[in-house]
Amino acid sequence: MDSTASLPAPAASPRAQRIRPVLLHPVIKPLLFALCLLPLAWLIYGAAADLLGANPAEKLVRATGDWTLRFLCITLAVTPLRRWAKQPALARLRRMLGLFTFFYGCLHFLCYAWLDMGFVFDDIVRDIAKRPFILVGTSALLLMTPLALTSFNRAIKALGAARWQALHRAVYAVVLLGLLHFFWMRSAKHNYAEVAVYAAIVALLLGSRLVSAFGSRRRSGGR
Amino acid sequence: MHFLSHRGVLHTPSSEITSRAAYDGRRDMLKLLGTGAAGATLAAWAARDARAQPARPGKLAPLPGARTALSGGMTMEKPTPYADATSYNNFYEFGTDKADPAQNAHTLKTRPWTVAIEGEVKKPKVFDLDELLKLSPLEERIYRLRCVEGWSMVIPWVGYSLAELIKRVEPTGNAKYVEFVTLADPKTMPFVGSRVLEWPYVEGLRLDEAMHPLTLLAFGMYGEVLPNQNGAPVRAVVPWKYGFKSGKSIVKIRFTDKQPPTSWVKSASQEYGFFSNVNPAVDHPRWSQATERRIGEDGLFAKKRPTLMFNGYEPQVGQLYAGMDLKKFY
Repeated sequence: MDSTASLPAPAASPRAQRIRPVLLHPVIKPLLFALCLLPLAWLIYGAAADLLGANPAEKLVRATGDWTLRFLCITLAVTPLRRWAKQPALARLRRMLGLFTFFYGCLHFLCYAWLDMGFVFDDIVRDIAKRPFILVGTSALLLMTPLALTSFNRAIKALGAARWQALHRAVYAVVLLGLLHFFWMRSAKHNYAEVAVYAAIVALLLGSRLVSAFGSRRRSGGR
Repeated sequence: MHFLSHRGVLHTPSSEITSRAAYDGRRDMLKLLGTGAAGATLAAWAARDARAQPARPGKLAPLPGARTALSGGMTMEKPTPYADATSYNNFYEFGTDKADPAQNAHTLKTRPWTVAIEGEVKKPKVFDLDELLKLSPLEERIYRLRCVEGWSMVIPWVGYSLAELIKRVEPTGNAKYVEFVTLADPKTMPFVGSRVLEWPYVEGLRLDEAMHPLTLLAFGMYGEVLPNQNGAPVRAVVPWKYGFKSGKSIVKIRFTDKQPPTSWVKSASQEYGFFSNVNPAVDHPRWSQATERRIGEDGLFAKKRPTLMFNGYEPQVGQLYAGMDLKKFY
């Protein structure tokens, strides 16, 4: 993830100026926090009220995986959106979204390890070795862990902005691994429609970064 | 005494018939309970309970069957709730998600319906569905169903042994295999033409497997005609093999001298073999087959139950595979 500090203040349109105080309102963060918990609340309610279909365990594993990928996309959308809408205040929300991605990723693994594998450690290890798509998913979660662990302000200070930023570029590898994990899981039934949607979104999110990196290089006369 | 009328035929209600399973069940209960007066009273109560039919879901036309007397034909395990058995299906012609068939299969036209019997038989014939329904008395059989994906159900089917049909068409000496061709109608099946599999979906059995009395030609489940998403109006049920071996909505049964090229073998032969017998000791290349989740019964946090050799039908079908290397012929 790129840092926001070094960017010049964008010339704000009147509409952008109207939105800014809303984004800076103290209620925004608690509100977003509550919103991010809604998928979990729905799944807990669904499990308790038996609304998750014939195979609730499978539904929980899949839904938590879906939400991990969705939160990953939402997190990666913050920076392009911030630039496009000229709303630097959006950057305040990125950490929380990133941490929720990790949260849903952990829930996804927990559901798999518990509901699918019954917490039998040997079975989990054998399964990870047997199924490449699970190895890829596990790798993505492991790779997300240092990012979550260094998300607080003192960690950023201790690492230094440049090193912190370099470390957090691992999120690009995470999203590609996540996409591969999803693609591989769906390959059994050649059912790629949804995978294609996520791939297009990820391509857009990563592509916008390439474009802006290229643009800023041109503006600074190249290095 | 009362009678149920179905399509003008008077049937003795199956609950009035003392089937061998119920008779055996009663004997077992008697042994357990002893021969005292109290024991006899309890045994009578137990027998009444064993005869009780599961309540009909009341969704579709009734199709009653007499409780089968066949060994292994009546598992005592709890049938899967009808709502689960009819909303969690693999029927790729209607979509690959297991919720898709229940949503999309309403377009399937199950009447008129014919099943053509072809190939190495002395009496090839195109049967009308009504003719097939009357070919042999309908039985109710409660079978375990194990999907290759690692889940299982318990389904009360209505039908008769496929062998009844096979005997009537008289296979020739060349007939070694039976091929089941299922409907592939792009007009009513929205996912026929998708690249998942080759259409029509084709399955097959060795002739001795097809002749085994447990191999069922099913027309109904839960005392009613088959719902479209479960393979209406006629399907095969081979309870000791993974579910995909049991073709749905069958339109042709062909007798051949060569092993038929079945859909999943053509699509991924390293993952799915022609035999595909349920076998906890032979893993799918991508996952373990040692355990299964029983749909609608095992709680969310319940440990998965161990999968049984030949899905628990080893006493009945084990001899069909005597001397075969089941790791090689998976």
